[in-house]
Amino acid sequence: MARLTFMGGIHTYEGKELSKDKPTTVLLPKRDLVFPLSQHIGAPAKPLVSKGDLVLVGQRIGEANGFISSNIISSVSGTVKAIERRLTASGKMEESIVITNDNEYKKIEGYGQNRDYTKMSKEEIREAVKEAGIVGLGGAGFPTHVKLTPKNENKIDYVIVNGAECEPYLTYDYRLMLEEPEMIIEGLKITLSLFDNAKGIIGIEDNKPEAIEKIKELTAGDSNIEVRALKTKYPQGGERQLVYVTTGRKLNSKKLPADVGCIVNNVATIAAIYMAVAKSTPLTNRIVTITGDAIAEPQNFKAPFGMNFSEIVEAAGGFKVQPKKLVFGGPMMGRAMFSYDVPVTKTANALLGLVKDEAAVEESPCILCGRCYFKCPLNLLPMKLQLMGLNNEDEKFVKLDGMECCGCGCCSFVCPANRSLTQTIVQTKQRVIEKRNQEHELHELHKDHAANE
Amino acid sequence: MSDLYNVSAAPHTRSPIKTNSIMQDVIIALIPASLFGIFNFGLRALLVILVTVLSCVVTEHVYCKFMKIKSDPWDYSDVLTGLLLALNLPVGIPYWMAVLGGIFAIAIVKMLFGGLGQNFMNPALAARVFLFISFPARMATFLVDKVNAPVVTDFLRDGAMVLDGVSGATPLGQLKAGESVDLLKLFVGHIGGTIGETSALALIIGAAYLFYRKVITPIIPFSYILSFAVFALIFGGHGFDMNYLIGQILGGGLILGAFFMATDYVTSPITPKGQLIFGAFLGIMTGIFRIIGTGVEGVSFAIILGNLLVPLIDMFTRPKTFGKERVKNVK
Repeated sequence: MARLTFMGGIHTYEGKELSKDKPTTVLLPKRDLVFPLSQHIGAPAKPLVSKGDLVLVGQRIGEANGFISSNIISSVSGTVKAIERRLTASGKMEESIVITNDNEYKKIEGYGQNRDYTKMSKEEIREAVKEAGIVGLGGAGFPTHVKLTPKNENKIDYVIVNGAECEPYLTYDYRLMLEEPEMIIEGLKITLSLFDNAKGIIGIEDNKPEAIEKIKELTAGDSNIEVRALKTKYPQGGERQLVYVTTGRKLNSKKLPADVGCIVNNVATIAAIYMAVAKSTPLTNRIVTITGDAIAEPQNFKAPFGMNFSEIVEAAGGFKVQPKKLVFGGPMMGRAMFSYDVPVTKTANALLGLVKDEAAVEESPCILCGRCYFKCPLNLLPMKLQLMGLNNEDEKFVKLDGMECCGCGCCSFVCPANRSLTQTIVQTKQRVIEKRNQEHELHELHKDHAANE
Repeated sequence: MSDLYNVSAAPHTRSPIKTNSIMQDVIIALIPASLFGIFNFGLRALLVILVTVLSCVVTEHVYCKFMKIKSDPWDYSDVLTGLLLALNLPVGIPYWMAVLGGIFAIAIVKMLFGGLGQNFMNPALAARVFLFISFPARMATFLVDKVNAPVVTDFLRDGAMVLDGVSGATPLGQLKAGESVDLLKLFVGHIGGTIGETSALALIIGAAYLFYRKVITPIIPFSYILSFAVFALIFGGHGFDMNYLIGQILGGGLILGAFFMATDYVTSPITPKGQLIFGAFLGIMTGIFRIIGTGVEGVSFAIILGNLLVPLIDMFTRPKTFGKERVKNVK
C-alpha cells in the first residue's frame, strides 16, 4: 500500500533554483582523461589496455573483476598515456587509466546501432547492461546488472524509478527528466520486460511539477507505469524511504529491495539502460550539476567520464568568489574535498562551491532535545548512539540498532548543539564491520589450523 | 595559500536552530509571566528576578573558572534557570535566600553532575524544593498586595517586615479549606502565589509562543493537566464541581510547571510515548500531593520525582527501528 510520506526527515534550503532552469550543456574535454578502475561498489575492474595502446570511443578498457564489479568504457579515442594512481572525487588515490584525447572521437564497431529490445532475450538484455558498464548513477554506484539479476525474478512486482532527487542543490535528474523523458520511460519498459509480474512506478518529489507533468503525459496510455508525486522532504529518495512510500514495504539494512519484491533504480541509470540496450551505446558520460553560491554560472553539464572537473568549473564561469568549501555530491551526503582536480566518474555527480561552511561550528553538550530522534527516518536514537560510539561501547551500539543507520545526515543537520552525530555513528559502524571481519578471518584461520592438525 | 578548502564529514549544511536560540525562545516565552508578576507584586518582584538570575550566572561562571571548564557563556541556560527559579519564589523572600537558591541550582544540581545536559533533575525546581524544605515558613508566605512588599529594606535581615505585610491564603489553600474561588481572577492572575505562577493567561501566551516556535510539543503539558484533572475529579471529593476543578488547575503552579518545567528537555523522556507516561505520572503525583497529602501544592515535588524516573521511562519506551518491527505480512 502506498503512503503519503515517511516518518522523520527534514526540510532545508533547497538551492535548486540556482541551476534548475538552465538547459544541459554538452562538454568536450580538452585535457587528458582519467578513468579510475574503481568507480563502483565491488571489486575494481581489471585494465585491458596498456601504455601506448590506441583506444576508441566505447571501447572496454577495464573489465569487471567478478560478478559484483563493472566494466570501464573509454569516452574518447586516443592513446593510453599511463596507468597510474590518481586522485578521485572520493578523496582516495585510485589506480586509473590515463588517455590522451586525439579529438577524433572514432567509435568502435556497432556503436550507436539501433536494436529492438522486444526481440532480445532477458539474458541478452542483462548482458548488454553489464557490457555497458552501468552502475547506479544516484551516487552509490552499485552494479546495475547485479540488481537486475535477483534470486527469483518472478517475485519482483515493482520496478521503482527514483526521480526524487531529494538532495538540496542537485538538479541533474530534474534536467534529464525534462530533456529526455522518453529515454527514462523506454528504459523502464526495457527493465519491466525482465520481470513478468512487475509494475513500474516513477517517483518524483512534488517540487518538480514540470517533470511530473511531462512524464505523466508521456505514460498516460500505459497502464503498467504509474507516476507518483512524492512529498518534498529529505531523504525521500533514500532507498528504504522510497520503497516504503511507494509500496508500504519496509526494508532494514539486512534486506535488499529485491527481498520485498522491488527493484529500485535512479532515473539516470534507467536512461543508461535504454541507451545500452536499444542504442548499443555504453555508459560514457553523465549529467553533473555544478552549483553553489561560489560558482559564477551554476548549471548542468553532460560531461564524458574521465574529464577533469576543473574544466567543467571553468565552463561554468569559474568561481565568482573564493569558496570556503567544495563538496562532491549534495550538501547532506556529499564529500568535502580539498581539490577539484579530479575526473568525472560514474558516481561523481555534482560539485558544490559553498562560500560559507555551515559545518564549521563548535560542538556543545547534548541537551537531549530529541530533535535527532524525531528527524531520523529510521527511528533511531542518534544522541545515544553517538555517546556509545564515542565511549567505544560497540555492543550497546549494535543493540540499539546503530548498524541500521543509513548516514543520511538528518541528525547532524538538526542538532542545535552542533554535534557530529552522523559522523560518529557512521565511523562506529565501520569500526564494528572491521571488527567483525577480523573476527571472521581469525575464525577461518582457527578452522584451517584445526583442519591441518 | 588560497586554494585550501575546509574538509569535514557530511552533512555540510546545518539548521539555524541552536541551543542558545532555544534557550532564548524559552526566556522570551516567560516574559509575559514575569511582567505580570512585576505588575502584580511590584518592583520587588523585578529585584528578586534580577538577583536570582545574577546569582545563577555568576555561580556558573565562577564554577567553570574554578574547575577550568570551557563553557559557552552565551548559551543562556544559566539565565533561564535563574528566571525559572525566581518565578517559583514568593515575592517576599529575602534576597540572600534567592541567591542561595541560585547557587544551589547551578553548583549542586547542574554543575556537580556534569553541567548542561547532564543534570538529572530540573535545577530550578530542585532549588525551589531545597529552599522550601530549608525555610518552609518563608517559602509559604504569599503576599497578595504589592503595597506591602518593601523593596530593599530586608536585604540582609530575615525579612521580618515582609511578614508584617498582609499575607493571604492562595487559591489552593482556599480550595483545600472548602471555599470557592473567583475563576476569572484566577485566570488573569491577580491572586497570591509565587512571582510567576499566578497568571494562567500570561503563561498560556508564553506556551503558545513555544508551540509556535516548535520548542516544545503539547504531549507532556496536556497529558499532565488532563491526568491531574481526572485525578481531582475522582479523588477530589467535589465531583463535577467546575469551580473546584478549574480552580485546582489554574490556582497553583500547575500551568507554570506543566508548560515550562516538565517540558525541560534534559529531564523529560525523549519519545512521545515516554512523554505521555511521564505527563500522566506527574498528574497523578500532583494529585496525590495536593489532595491526599497535607500540603496545598505538589507540582514541584511531582516534577522532580518524575525527573528521577526519566531514565527508566526512556528504557521501557525505546523506539522501534524502521524495518525491524515485528513484520506483519504486508501485501
